[in-house]
Amino acid sequence: MSINLTLLIVMGVLYACGIYLILERSLTRVLLGLMLLANATNLLILSTGGYAGLAPLFDKETASTQYNDPLPQALILTSIVISFAVTAFMLGIIYRTWALARQDEIQDDLEDRRVARTPSFDAEDDAIVPLETSEFVVTASTPEERLHPEATETPKTASSREGGSA
Amino acid sequence: MITVLAITFVAATVAPLIFGKLGRNAFYVLAAVPAVAFIWLVLQHAPVYSGAGIEEVFPWIPNLKLEFAFRMDALAWVMSLLILGVGSLVLVYCARYFKNKDPGLGGFGAQLLAFAGAMFGLVTSDDLLMMFIFWELTTVLSYLLIGYARTRLAARRSALQALMVTTAGGLAMLVGLIILGQAAGSYRISTILDQAGTLVNGTTSGMVGAAVVLILVGAVTKSALVPFHFWLPGAMAAPTPVSAYLHAAAMVKAGIYIVARLAPGFAESQFWLPVVLGLGLATMLVGGYRALRQTDIKLILAYGTVSQLGFLTMVVGLGRPDAALAGLGLLLAHGLFKAALFLVVGIIDHQSGTRDIRKLSGVFRSSRALGVVAAIAAASMAGVPPLAGFVAKESVFEAFVHYGSGHDAPGWGIWILIGLVIGSILTFAYSARFMWGAFATKPGIERTPFKAIRPAFLAAPALLSFLTIVYGLWPAPVDSWIQPYAALFADGEEAVDAGHLALWHGLTPALGLTAITFVAGAAMFYGRNVVARVQSLVPDWVDGDRAYRHTIGALDDVAVWVTGRTQRGSLYFYLTVILTVAFAVPLAALLLNNKPLPDDVYFIDPNSPLQLIAGVGIVVGALAAVRANKRFLAVLMVSVTGYGIALMFALQGAPDLALTQMLVETIVLVAFVLAMRSLPAELRDRTGGRLRVIRVIIGAAFGITMIFVAIYAMGARVAPPVSLEFPRLAYEGGGGLNVVNVTLVDIRAWDTFGEISVLAVAATGVASLIFVRSRGDRIRTSEAVPEGSVGRRTGVDRDSRDGARLALARKFTDVTRDAWLVAGRTLAPERRSIIFEVVTRLIFHSMIVFSIYLLLAGHNLPGGGFAGGLTAGLALTIRYLAGGRFELSEAATVSAGTLLGTGLATAAASGFVPLLLGGQVFQSAIIEFWLPVFGDVKFVTSTIFDIGVYIVVVGLALDVLRSLGAEIDEHFEEKGAKAGKTRVAESAPAETAASGKGNP
Repeated sequence: MSINLTLLIVMGVLYACGIYLILERSLTRVLLGLMLLANATNLLILSTGGYAGLAPLFDKETASTQYNDPLPQALILTSIVISFAVTAFMLGIIYRTWALARQDEIQDDLEDRRVARTPSFDAEDDAIVPLETSEFVVTASTPEERLHPEATETPKTASSREGGSA
Repeated sequence: MITVLAITFVAATVAPLIFGKLGRNAFYVLAAVPAVAFIWLVLQHAPVYSGAGIEEVFPWIPNLKLEFAFRMDALAWVMSLLILGVGSLVLVYCARYFKNKDPGLGGFGAQLLAFAGAMFGLVTSDDLLMMFIFWELTTVLSYLLIGYARTRLAARRSALQALMVTTAGGLAMLVGLIILGQAAGSYRISTILDQAGTLVNGTTSGMVGAAVVLILVGAVTKSALVPFHFWLPGAMAAPTPVSAYLHAAAMVKAGIYIVARLAPGFAESQFWLPVVLGLGLATMLVGGYRALRQTDIKLILAYGTVSQLGFLTMVVGLGRPDAALAGLGLLLAHGLFKAALFLVVGIIDHQSGTRDIRKLSGVFRSSRALGVVAAIAAASMAGVPPLAGFVAKESVFEAFVHYGSGHDAPGWGIWILIGLVIGSILTFAYSARFMWGAFATKPGIERTPFKAIRPAFLAAPALLSFLTIVYGLWPAPVDSWIQPYAALFADGEEAVDAGHLALWHGLTPALGLTAITFVAGAAMFYGRNVVARVQSLVPDWVDGDRAYRHTIGALDDVAVWVTGRTQRGSLYFYLTVILTVAFAVPLAALLLNNKPLPDDVYFIDPNSPLQLIAGVGIVVGALAAVRANKRFLAVLMVSVTGYGIALMFALQGAPDLALTQMLVETIVLVAFVLAMRSLPAELRDRTGGRLRVIRVIIGAAFGITMIFVAIYAMGARVAPPVSLEFPRLAYEGGGGLNVVNVTLVDIRAWDTFGEISVLAVAATGVASLIFVRSRGDRIRTSEAVPEGSVGRRTGVDRDSRDGARLALARKFTDVTRDAWLVAGRTLAPERRSIIFEVVTRLIFHSMIVFSIYLLLAGHNLPGGGFAGGLTAGLALTIRYLAGGRFELSEAATVSAGTLLGTGLATAAASGFVPLLLGGQVFQSAIIEFWLPVFGDVKFVTSTIFDIGVYIVVVGLALDVLRSLGAEIDEHFEEKGAKAGKTRVAESAPAETAASGKGNP
């Protein structure tokens, strides 16, 4: 298998630049980084085809080793057009972020920060519940129930207990 | 058996409908299902007991050794009696326990019935994995049933606790089952049990020993043995019928069932007896001890159940025929009396509104019938003759006396016996405490108001207590049902007599132990105040529930800690971690492998030295893009790398790629400019300093790693490329000369079809992001649009340089002009360019024709659907840029959505039409014919697929233009109009003058 160092070095530079850009806060730069990464990957696939060769247009007299490998080419063609679609989509996102929030920057997720500060106490798990000694009468009102009145069962009165034997 | 299961589950599915019609009486209908199954079961007695049992096997996934294998033998039959019988009675009881207006009754009934089905499936499965599925099904249903009162925190919490504990054990069991199945080479339980001897003693003994322990963990959690016993008292938050069925008669017996099922083969396994006897005895004593402390009669029963489950595990797990007989006898007896007692508790709670023994008083006087039913069941629990409990317990004592005193008895056998007797004494004491607490008239406590009980409500517990008496007086049938199971323990040579279940065995040591139990138990009950005082002195140092809470609390803490450390909410952080791993791992692998570099590495391709120059251009472009601090400069620099790569493709021998890349690069550039025109020109770099160094390091390391990974990966290649066959295939099979195009539309058509689907999705995404409320597929004509109204600049100060320029432009374009473009006139004069309009007029149609040529010629020459579609898209771009958004609508009179749909449909049709014609999906055919002007024409059907691709790509380009171009234009104008209005209020005269001049 022949390995073309020119292609690989160019690919390496594109990867390095692309990675540098996607580690940026500006959405535009991130998108440019993605495009560089796509280009780098196309080069990587291209380099698997070996030496430069004839364009793969079939000719009966030509041995198939003389063509440049058509399979990586087909893969790259797909990749180019998909990159176009993804780029357009990202552009839509960039425009929308700008239209909504007037910014072109990736914001930190505040919800994640909030989760990280969550105390481990959870009323559902940890609140103290008094022992209930009947399914038919709710005796005491617990702190949890006072906090969340909507979760409290309506106390059943003596009359509502008649159902079973009636 | 599978019929019974199917009917049960189907009935459970439609149950909510029945409840909608009949209300709570629907429970009677549901009860009929297990009742009929029970009758069926009784009729199966003869076939089950005449041979080795009945068997039903249906293959399911043979490759995974999965099958629906069911088997009814003596053990399954006895278990099913309990499951179906008690299940039916509990459902009957529910019909009077619940009220019509109770919420979620339909779902509850369905779950309870489904539970009966799952239990039946569990005991009749002959396949380890099938059994596990039913096992987990009971766990899930138990969760739903315990949590029936969704509004009660206690119910939700204990439901979750039961679920967590039992599934944790279930997972351990699954591992054990798989180890066992793999060791035995079969998942059929009967097969495994047949070869249990060799499995336990042969080379696999260590593995099988571990598997057995893991399975026992599952059994221990399910049957609430120490140290997992706490979930069962917690589960008393369930409605009492559920407790009666799940937590007394059925589900908690699943663990006992597993022990009983495996005991005939695996009781010899090295860890079996320590686990079964040790945990069983501990559970029996802990449960009994704690039952004496409870003041809630339901909790007394719950801890009593815990105690009895420990007891049952010991007896059933001992692995001797007499113990097996006694164990199953006890299991049946326990099912009868414990279910009855729970149902009685439910009635007391229902009629009086409390279960607290400090509040209950005089209940016996209020309802003597209930008291008698309860007394029979409680006496059976205490082991009083002539009831079922006595018969069974007698046999148990007998078996353990033999075990403890036999010639091969281990030294601790006698201690087990002593433990059993102590446990039985506790049982007697809490049975008495239960009766006293629930029914006695207590001095100093007001008599509890108690409503009369309807007979239908009392029927189920009464029938169970009646059966307890029958069983006690006439144990011979039960004995005969169990004997075949006990016989499984007999060794081949010496036929061990399992003895018999009987009311009277004579004056045996067992009878003496029973007497001791009664005396000591009675004494404990009479001295209950002393006992309570002693108990209150002992601190609660072992509390399983608290341990569970601490474990879960610690787990929560760890989860919050880990989440806080990993989920930082910063994309930069995530990417840094991911990318660092992405380069560090392959790099480490490369360094550790220490392989020499492949030989065939060259720097300059001898066939194409120019690549070096293209490469330098790309590198310069990429570095400039990184450095650029102006938005459009950065975009341009990325375009430079893109065009450079197009050159690289051309030099490498890939004209199709070069063409496509050039077209895409151009359209992308336009799209960028359109989308980013409102963003500020400056591109600020906020992440500086240390972070920038890290970025440089990660980027460089990633790039270098990729180079080496590529070198080694390609160096590792040994086989000739699969694509060497492609040229021949393309010509002979695909009928085309352009190998790449044939690959796309024929050889790898599936890939391409997936790709154009992605294009359609992305195009729709772009449109949705910009139009937001719709896909914006409305077609608009330019007819009604007033002249020069589009893109008019407003709000420019007339005296500024910009204003002067604007006025000049308006003056010059204020001329009537031939319509080079359809909608050119709609554009504001200052935005029009006569040269651009003329050029557009000249080249648009040529470009469209060329794009169709590319599409059709692509099969043999560079081109194809992608290149053609992009060319057409570029033509539309030019129309838009020259004539504005109405020009675009006039140019493309079909909406982008329609194009995408048509394209996909065309491509799909070229896929499935061959199928209708008897071929394969995406099979292509070559049709040759003669046309007047064209002469001989060779048409390959895969071209139709390519046409679909073409249409989709045009749709994508159109969507991009309509969204990023036209719609954003409109946003601008709306905004400009708003800004203009506010300005008008400030400086009205200047503004009107400026706009008046522009409008001829």
